[in-house]
Amino acid sequence: MTNPQLVMQAKGLTKRYGQVTALDGADFELRAGEILAVIGDNGAGKSSLIKCLSGATIPDEGDIVLDGKPIHFKNPMDARRVGIETVYQDLAVAPAMTIAENLFLGREVRRSGFLGNVLRMLDKTKMLEQSVARMQDLKVGIRSMTQAVETLSGGQRQCVAVARAAAFAEHVVILDEPTAALGVKEGNMVLELIRRIRDKGLPVILISHNMPHVFEIADRIHVARLGRRAAILNPKKISMSDTVAVMTGAMPPDQIPADCLAH
Amino acid sequence: MLKKIPLAAAALTVAAAATAQNQPVVGLITKTETNPFFVKMKEGAAEAAKAKGAKLLSGAGKADGDNAGQVTAMENMMAAGAKTILITPSDSKAIIPAIKKAREKGVMVIALDSPTDPADATDALFATDNYKAGVLIGQYAKAALAGKPAKIITLDLFPGHPVGAQRHNGFLQGFGLQSFDAKNNELAKPAEVVCMADSFGDRAKGQTAMENCLQKAPDVTVVYTINEPAAAGAYNALKKAGKEKNVIIVSVDGGCEGVANVGKGIIAATSQQYPLKMASMGVDAGVEYAKSGKKVSGYTDTGVTLIADKPVTGVDSKDVKTGTELCWGKK
Amino acid sequence: MDALKNKLPPIGQLGPFIALAIACAFFAITTDRFFSPENLSLILQQVMVVGVIAIGQTLIILTAGIDLSCGMVMALGSIVMTKFAADLGLPTPIAVLCGVGVTALFGLINGLLVTRIKLPPFIVTLGTFNIAFAITQLYSNAQTVTDVPDAMTWLGNTFPLGGAAVSYGVVLMVLLYLGAWFWLRETGAGRHVYAVGNSPEATRLVGIPTERVLLGVYVLAGVFYGIASLLSVARTGVGDPNAGQTENLDAITAVVLGGTSLFGGRGVILGSLAGAVVVGVLRNGLTLMGVSSVYQVLVTGILVIVAVTVDQLSRKAAR
Repeated sequence: MTNPQLVMQAKGLTKRYGQVTALDGADFELRAGEILAVIGDNGAGKSSLIKCLSGATIPDEGDIVLDGKPIHFKNPMDARRVGIETVYQDLAVAPAMTIAENLFLGREVRRSGFLGNVLRMLDKTKMLEQSVARMQDLKVGIRSMTQAVETLSGGQRQCVAVARAAAFAEHVVILDEPTAALGVKEGNMVLELIRRIRDKGLPVILISHNMPHVFEIADRIHVARLGRRAAILNPKKISMSDTVAVMTGAMPPDQIPADCLAH
Repeated sequence: MLKKIPLAAAALTVAAAATAQNQPVVGLITKTETNPFFVKMKEGAAEAAKAKGAKLLSGAGKADGDNAGQVTAMENMMAAGAKTILITPSDSKAIIPAIKKAREKGVMVIALDSPTDPADATDALFATDNYKAGVLIGQYAKAALAGKPAKIITLDLFPGHPVGAQRHNGFLQGFGLQSFDAKNNELAKPAEVVCMADSFGDRAKGQTAMENCLQKAPDVTVVYTINEPAAAGAYNALKKAGKEKNVIIVSVDGGCEGVANVGKGIIAATSQQYPLKMASMGVDAGVEYAKSGKKVSGYTDTGVTLIADKPVTGVDSKDVKTGTELCWGKK
Repeated sequence: MDALKNKLPPIGQLGPFIALAIACAFFAITTDRFFSPENLSLILQQVMVVGVIAIGQTLIILTAGIDLSCGMVMALGSIVMTKFAADLGLPTPIAVLCGVGVTALFGLINGLLVTRIKLPPFIVTLGTFNIAFAITQLYSNAQTVTDVPDAMTWLGNTFPLGGAAVSYGVVLMVLLYLGAWFWLRETGAGRHVYAVGNSPEATRLVGIPTERVLLGVYVLAGVFYGIASLLSVARTGVGDPNAGQTENLDAITAVVLGGTSLFGGRGVILGSLAGAVVVGVLRNGLTLMGVSSVYQVLVTGILVIVAVTVDQLSRKAAR
């Protein structure tokens, strides 16, 4: 069996908030070209884990390695700079601004020469063209990039936020509950987009409570429990109810049948 | 309610101390702390209190129109033992309930400078006869015009204010035109008044109002202004249009800056009023009440004098030097 | 079709200009002196102080903030610059810079209280409004500053253009509006102002230095208030400690009439200019018609309600 290439790896992550231990020596592995779902009950430590990986939190102990190089994030911008993009639950879009403006929010492109360097003028045409290109590339079916985000449906907005992360990510895309609060059709639209991102070669970390969605697109499932990694599961072999059992602790890790574990 | 208990306890102690010393306590509440008119009033009250051995408490609202601030000041002063309250009401109607409560407790309330509405809600009123102030400058303007056609622009305060109406209507009366009497809050507009605009008693707004009226009536000969800042603004507008030499500007107030402007030829004549006198008369009345229980009542005119640089026949006026000695504000 | 829709501004943005056109047309018909170049130039001079204050106010309201201290800060600036020239004998450019420095400092204080201590702008500026007023009264001793050097009132001078005397101050106001409009529309920093107003959570998450944008907006607004101070001195020829008392609300009225949303993130700054001019047009036109100023206040109030309603409706329609 060929050794699958590790894009991101974390060992022994620990984080304490006063008396509460959110992460208790958690490990983590993300392979190239996969969709890894991270699931866990409330308080299992999955949010803290994701925050450490996206730079929103600095772990007290432990190492994180990206593409073989150790990294220390001081803030989310550090993570973005090395190519890790995160889509948060509240999407981080400015509703009154256009899709194109939102795609480039915080990363606006300036014109060249005098207009750009001295007058600091933005190259709106270029940003619009690139927005159209990116969205077409990911086959997101929104017709105009100049309409305001608030005119879009919930699912379409999610697609814009996810496509933005995919457009700028170089190594990893992290999605936090992307299909929560979406109806069936819209949820599927987002799942399709996630698959396309993976197919383009970007690995995706997906946090979700939605078991059917997890089982539909995840290649492997990372189960967080009591601040540690309880197991990595193979969704093709294990059943949904057993997965839930592992998550809640009803099924201890040593009782998981071997072929349900992912290697 | 909870806040009033310790305050009341403190007040009782102070009141007890005050009565023990037998020192009359008089409260003065002005509209604002900063208007030089009220600053002068406070000075006059303080001097009178010192001379008569009374204790003066002073307070004010935060801004023109701050009724709640004045009500609070009144309550605090009464709790501190004030038996007489002198007040320049910011809102002539809204202050009435508080005044009623005070008088029911035996406190004498005297309005200064402007009346409450209705005026008999207070025990007495010491104020300028604003109508008379208008009449004097109207008479002056008519005489100074010396037969030239009367094309009058009035820069008033704002609609509905009794002082603004009294000065405006008084001016027209003194000028010899059809006008309303002193009780009327409407502004009279005989045919000779070619434009009326509101200045809000403010220099910049007075300038704007004058500019707009000049567009309507470029051949103006007389400008009546509600107060001296408005007059200064009017002069600026006239100067920009090159008309300042041929127009007579009259005003009311008698503040030191305004009197200086009379000396400079910016204002032809102004009716000077005496805030200091209002306050000191008020303190005297308060001391008398504390000593003998005798209240003052009715309206007392605190006097108004016409100040002009160039006197005219038929109208009594005092010169700028006298006006400067008697003026209020910073000299 | 999309391209065409993109070019035309939505009705909410055109509103103030339509209102202005209607008001001008009305007064041109009902009076014979309204539509002269001289009268129109006069109106622009009358609104130039509020107009420039409204630039700063628009920036702040675009970030979903508000500044109740703007008029008072402007008055303080004018007292500082006139007294520095008259009392301390400083040359005019230095005195003016000092005045603008003081107003910018107030902007900085407002901004720091909003961003560092996280106080609501309404409350912060309510406090600084009182502080600015008190300092103005104390420093000026409640006296008007009258011996102002000619150089300081230069912006009040006029040059002939098309039969009217146009004031340099008005030209400056228009240039400042165009500059601000360009900055807000075409530069990253300007777009960030809109983004911060529309969704500060989003801007934080995507890495825009939100607190720095807010602080910058308040300081920049302070600079505009300082320029308005100079225009006020140029117009009246004096440093007036009692100036600016109604300019606080007048500036906010101009911004609201101009179509900028009080909730932040939406609005065109040129609208504020139209809003300021509309108020001046009403005041001038009604005086020419001999109508009591009470009606000016009434019409202004109605227009404000209409403006806010149109803003709300156009936002609902967009969804």
